[in-house]
Amino acid sequence: MAETSTLFTTLLMQGFAGMSLFSVLLLMALGLAIIFGQMGVINMAHGEFMTIGAYTTYIMSTFAEAHGFINQYFILALIAAFAIAFAAGYLLEYLLIRRLYKRPLDTLLATWGVSLVMQQAFREIFGAREVSPALPEWLTGSYQPAPGIDLPVSGLMVLVLMLVVTFGVWLMMYRSRWGIRVRATTQNRVIADAVGINTKRVDRITFALGCGLAGIAGAAFTTIASTGPTTGSLFIVDTFLVVVFGGAASLFGTIASAFTIAQAQSGLEFLMTGSMAKVITLVSVVLILMMRPEGLFSVKVRK
Amino acid sequence: MSTESQHRTRHTRISIFIIASFLCIGSLLTFARVEAAGPPTAQVNTTGLAVTDTTVTVGDLHSATGTMAISEIGSIQAELLAIDQINAAGGILGRKIEVIKEDGASDWPNFAEKARKLLVKDKVAAVFGCWTSASRKAVLPVFEKENGLLYYPTFYEGLEQSKNVIYTGQEATQQIIAGLDWVTKTKGAKTFFLIGSDYIWPRTSNKIARKHIENVLHGKVVGEEYYPLGTTNFRSLINKAKLAKPDVIYSIVVGGSNVSWFKQLKAADITGDKWTLLTISTTEDEVKGIGGESVLNFYSAMKYFQTLKNPNNEKFVAAFKAKYGADSVIGDVTQAAYLGPWLWKAAVEKAGSFDVDKVVAASPGIELSSAPEGYVKVHANHHLWSKLRIGRWRRRCCCEIYRYHRRRSVNHG
Repeated sequence: MAETSTLFTTLLMQGFAGMSLFSVLLLMALGLAIIFGQMGVINMAHGEFMTIGAYTTYIMSTFAEAHGFINQYFILALIAAFAIAFAAGYLLEYLLIRRLYKRPLDTLLATWGVSLVMQQAFREIFGAREVSPALPEWLTGSYQPAPGIDLPVSGLMVLVLMLVVTFGVWLMMYRSRWGIRVRATTQNRVIADAVGINTKRVDRITFALGCGLAGIAGAAFTTIASTGPTTGSLFIVDTFLVVVFGGAASLFGTIASAFTIAQAQSGLEFLMTGSMAKVITLVSVVLILMMRPEGLFSVKVRK
Repeated sequence: MSTESQHRTRHTRISIFIIASFLCIGSLLTFARVEAAGPPTAQVNTTGLAVTDTTVTVGDLHSATGTMAISEIGSIQAELLAIDQINAAGGILGRKIEVIKEDGASDWPNFAEKARKLLVKDKVAAVFGCWTSASRKAVLPVFEKENGLLYYPTFYEGLEQSKNVIYTGQEATQQIIAGLDWVTKTKGAKTFFLIGSDYIWPRTSNKIARKHIENVLHGKVVGEEYYPLGTTNFRSLINKAKLAKPDVIYSIVVGGSNVSWFKQLKAADITGDKWTLLTISTTEDEVKGIGGESVLNFYSAMKYFQTLKNPNNEKFVAAFKAKYGADSVIGDVTQAAYLGPWLWKAAVEKAGSFDVDKVVAASPGIELSSAPEGYVKVHANHHLWSKLRIGRWRRRCCCEIYRYHRRRSVNHG
């Protein structure tokens, strides 16, 4: 009897482990999905925008520790992370990306260069040693709804944050005038221009918003991992995987893809070893993409 | 021959004459000085190393940039501190040590290239450097071909012994066997869950651990798992460990992954008061990043902790903090790196020469009673005799609670 209940609680926690990996992947991928999907820009510096968010949280935490509001600072840090990453993205679009819209493949090279510059800048400013922000006590422990079941509070927090952010993005994309403009620009840039949409402005805000979302993802990430100058490059592959697998330009596709990859990987990790789980996940993604090159869900777009 | 070139020839001759006479006077003068300070260069350097009458040049080869910089910067700092202290005390054989710093940049082929540059172009008398096994394996052929001398500070997987390397950290058997004995004896542990990052050092170490657990301690390994370097999601693994309920979680997670690993353990309610976790890869350096509350009451098996109580260590910690700031931390490898220059100094003085062959021949048996970790001695297999200590993590620092004597390293190339 005791055996079965342990097995049951473990399976429950395993399901939760999959859910929190899903939340993390989706948070990381949302920003990229918007930029890559809506604009066709391959932003290799996406990981570094996450790092900006993470370092912002770290700075806020040292500040909060000094001034004694460590229990409340995290919400502020999320807002600051979004704002700073948004501003940095806006600037990058203005200085670099907008000159490359006609050469989409070059954006890959250019943003990769930007990512290297940003990594070295982080190293100069924050040092090579990895940092992790001091977390409020309530965020580090676990929540026990029943004996034997430990749900990590940080995981719950990321889950809630993911729901809020996804809902926000959905509202903006499908229920606001700005969203209509973005979707119109994606579907047919020339006609959108012709009917009076300022597509340049739409591009700039879209890019900045994608970067801002990366900032939020980075801030959330510091609760479970550390931050170093090269942290961003660790996540960029997984992030691209989610976006490409889901089918570019599709919000729903991104969500479905993050969910599938997260549950598959987490489940396989439980059943076999960590390295094997990664291998099998990646091989399946490649096979599915060979059958459906456009990804799981794709939107019809005039190119 | 034209007049112009004749003219130039005469001019050159005159210059040569002038320079030569200066050199004569100069060397006479230095000779007089050196006789007072140390033995003449021709005597202490017969193989063309970068040794002058007043200086000797060494190399320092670590990653100051790239992903390994986190770990290697501590080693650079410790080596430079030791060299400063040796210089302040009069240098080696009357010669001041000069350092050429090269950056391996976390790139293994680059390490080999820089090593060649230091040995062939700069003719350095010794090199203090490398951190990962990958970088050591990359420079090893260079050191053996050019007959250089490397002092390597990291605890590593062992199974290596080179004439041209002195290993100042512990090799796997020194660190693992004693630690497992301790945890079996004091915690009555019978079942073990082995966890590591997926590369040579953790895999080899766990192989040794498994053999010792099964054949000597008659315990049981209930799980063995590896995760790629840089992994940030350990939740499935943690669930698996919970289901297996081992007496000991034996962890060799490396680098940045440490932070996710320990934070997620804490979040899953695996804490030091309920579980026994023993790690051989987490030092003060990593704990600074993880945060003390997540590693509270877990154990590390190391030969050195910053909080060791002995006069040598107190002096060392004070000097380190004076030079690099009060909030700097000193991990196991940093201390081992500090030993390098001192061991080299002792060997050179014993040999009475900077020649690599003579220094290597003089090295076995060298004793250092001034080491921060306590007494160490170089064994004939180029590793150190040293003690293993088990530290229990506190919120801010590590507290030593157990010592284990291991007479020498069991290592055969």
